[in-house]
Amino acid sequence: MGKIVIDPVTRIEGHLRIEAVVEDGVVKDARTTGNLFRGFEIILQGRDPRDAQVITQRICGVCPQSHGVAAALNLDSAFGIADKIPDNARLMRNLIQGAHIVQDHILHFYHLTALDYVNVADVARYEGKDSQLNSVKDFIARGELAPFFPRYEGDYRLPPEANQQAVAHYVKAFDIRRIGHEMVSIFSGKIPHSVGIVPGGVTSAPTPDNMLAFLWKLKVLQDFIDNIYIPDVLAVAQSYPDYAEIGAGCRNLLSYGCFDLDGSSPDYTNRSRLFQQGIVSADFKPSGLDAGKITEHVRYSWYEDSTSGKHPSRGETRPQYKKEAAYSWTKAPRYDGKVYEVGPLARIMVNYAQGEPRVKELVDSALSQLGAAPPAMFSVLGRHLARALSAKFIAEAMEQWLMALKPGEPTFVDYELPDEAVGMGLTEAARGALGHWIEVKDKKIANYQCVVPTTWNVSPMDDNRQHGPIEQAIIGTKIKDESNPFEIVRIIRAFDPCIACSIHAVTPKGRDLGKFRVV
Amino acid sequence: MVKELPVVYFQAAGCSGCAVSLLNTASPTIKNALIDQIIPGVHINLRFHPVVMAAAGELAIQIMEDTARDKKGEYVLVVDGAVPTATDAVYGAVGERNGEPVTMLQRVIELAREAMAVIALGTCASFGGISAAAPNPTSARPVSEILKSNGIAKPLINIPGCPPHPDWFIGTVASIILGGLPTADDLDDLLRPKAFYGRLIHENCPRRAYFDEAKFAKKFGDEGCLYELGCKGPITYADCPLRHWNNGTNWVIGAGAPCNGCTQPEFPDQTAPFYEKIVDVDLPNIGTYWLGKEEKKWAK
Repeated sequence: MGKIVIDPVTRIEGHLRIEAVVEDGVVKDARTTGNLFRGFEIILQGRDPRDAQVITQRICGVCPQSHGVAAALNLDSAFGIADKIPDNARLMRNLIQGAHIVQDHILHFYHLTALDYVNVADVARYEGKDSQLNSVKDFIARGELAPFFPRYEGDYRLPPEANQQAVAHYVKAFDIRRIGHEMVSIFSGKIPHSVGIVPGGVTSAPTPDNMLAFLWKLKVLQDFIDNIYIPDVLAVAQSYPDYAEIGAGCRNLLSYGCFDLDGSSPDYTNRSRLFQQGIVSADFKPSGLDAGKITEHVRYSWYEDSTSGKHPSRGETRPQYKKEAAYSWTKAPRYDGKVYEVGPLARIMVNYAQGEPRVKELVDSALSQLGAAPPAMFSVLGRHLARALSAKFIAEAMEQWLMALKPGEPTFVDYELPDEAVGMGLTEAARGALGHWIEVKDKKIANYQCVVPTTWNVSPMDDNRQHGPIEQAIIGTKIKDESNPFEIVRIIRAFDPCIACSIHAVTPKGRDLGKFRVV
Repeated sequence: MVKELPVVYFQAAGCSGCAVSLLNTASPTIKNALIDQIIPGVHINLRFHPVVMAAAGELAIQIMEDTARDKKGEYVLVVDGAVPTATDAVYGAVGERNGEPVTMLQRVIELAREAMAVIALGTCASFGGISAAAPNPTSARPVSEILKSNGIAKPLINIPGCPPHPDWFIGTVASIILGGLPTADDLDDLLRPKAFYGRLIHENCPRRAYFDEAKFAKKFGDEGCLYELGCKGPITYADCPLRHWNNGTNWVIGAGAPCNGCTQPEFPDQTAPFYEKIVDVDLPNIGTYWLGKEEKKWAK
């Protein structure tokens, strides 16, 4: 029986360690552990509630925009203005968040994932005239190959020409995702850590010139998604068909939904959204979401057992480092006591199961090109495909939102800071369901809780010994070569984990951690 | 013969925002910076960078440790994030040695000791930033303090910003390649390159005329200076108003939002509340006032 430890898992956000126990070439047990704790919920206490929008974006520099939206929705609800946000502001928030998520999906596939599937070395044999590829060829010839080598060796399957083309797309995708950030910047000032979204609306205004600038950058992204990104995902799928069969995980998917299509309801669980809220499992029967059914378990996390099973709005964080059998700082969020995966796969499949026509068309068409059936979506390739289709679906909606903006109309509604209030903000980050909860007392933050996507996905076992989604996706996987465990890193990266988000709440009151592996 | 400039990019306690901001460099592009000769005859040999590198796990750690040994005194160490020090520094670890986790603190000490120079990238690495925000649960420290308390006398450049503009980093690296390490005259008293941090936001703000006329916006969307909505431009050193962000697309005040002071050591605790105005200060010397005073008069 062998043990594979990968620390750090690179090409993700943050510091992650994975440990897999392998027996007869098959993973028997897996544990995911985050490597960094910062303590955001403690930092937020006692601050001006409005500052949560600025501070929580800094939880994660990869998905700051979604934290900004979650915080703004949370504060809107606490300030009693959730149903009073001007349409212009709702649409601009959608555009800001949409541009950010689309660029994030492109970044994820090309810059975080592609090197697991694409053999950069084949560019050494490139004979054509593409100046970008020839510059990569020169780079290889010079012989200092970092950061592309060393790497795991042995399982690169694309033919040489496809590898060369994929490297050209890797380079092009740098420019494309930068343009995505430029779109965010048009309405939100700068990114990472943008400034345009605030409780009450947005700070900027739509004008014909900035709308047009946004539109034509969007067209560049759409061209890339349609003609490069989606075809590349399908090409990888065709060369690595076994990855449609591994990494299924828990087969329960959950989405909070995002991109409000109508802001008239103050209740975020009762809004029409581009991605609808809901849950779906292997039978593809959709169910609605009841945010009251979310609980956080801590039996295998370093917190006191008495705090287990609570709803996040009543969440407590009392660490107990010596606790027997615990192995993670991450709590284990569960829905109705069951394990749920969040992310683009959940967003797409919730819409699919609810019969949303455009998503159904996109998924069915891609699956038919691959000769696959919907259950194949529960896989490594399914997650990549869902992400690419999600990028296309969002981009299409963005054009409509953009053209619905009304220059000269309001983008902000004023409010009174309440003495006491509670709030909730539910949205989606690129990598899944994101919830913020606030309690305001004396015009200050009394309690702020975030349940972030990667907490769902990298969660440890819960009180009923059910493994978290990534652990489940790894357990049972055949490892061809234990010194080059491609399968494990490919499964993990398909979830697009963001570790800075997942570990954010501990009260370290001077306890002795020295004897424990806080890794 | 192309000269290779080895660089180790180490992430401590941060959010990866600095790394993502660097990806936004427009001219040169990030591809130009990583693959091409960024300046004819010189290539940046980025040996370790957890967000972009192909290798993972032990393979990745190996190249980091090899660089410290084989390229001793030749490589530039870039640190993004602050360094957690509380409780034997256990709150952040990267990789293992003999089956035990190696803390970020230990990594930074080891890597800095053998480096040619150290760049603290972002406000967390430069001054503590968000990672060290009160009550600073992990006792996160800036790189300068780690070097000082461990007796490491290496050239240090701070490139703050939450995140920093990619040009500030690329421009600093270019100046090292072309002209060598910066002299004391090139840096301000907070070790920031004067080329980028030499002027207050307020000095170059296009809404400055409103300030001088005391025409202040009362709510977002209003015409006027954002001072009363909490703008920290009068006490923040950076060239954002001239350079703009995201390939020159826009900037904070351009989007109608107040500057939150993110390049300053006072960020975030003393530049917050972000949407409350700073105390009234005498013109025209408000910048001097800010840096010359220890007490935080604008904090509530």
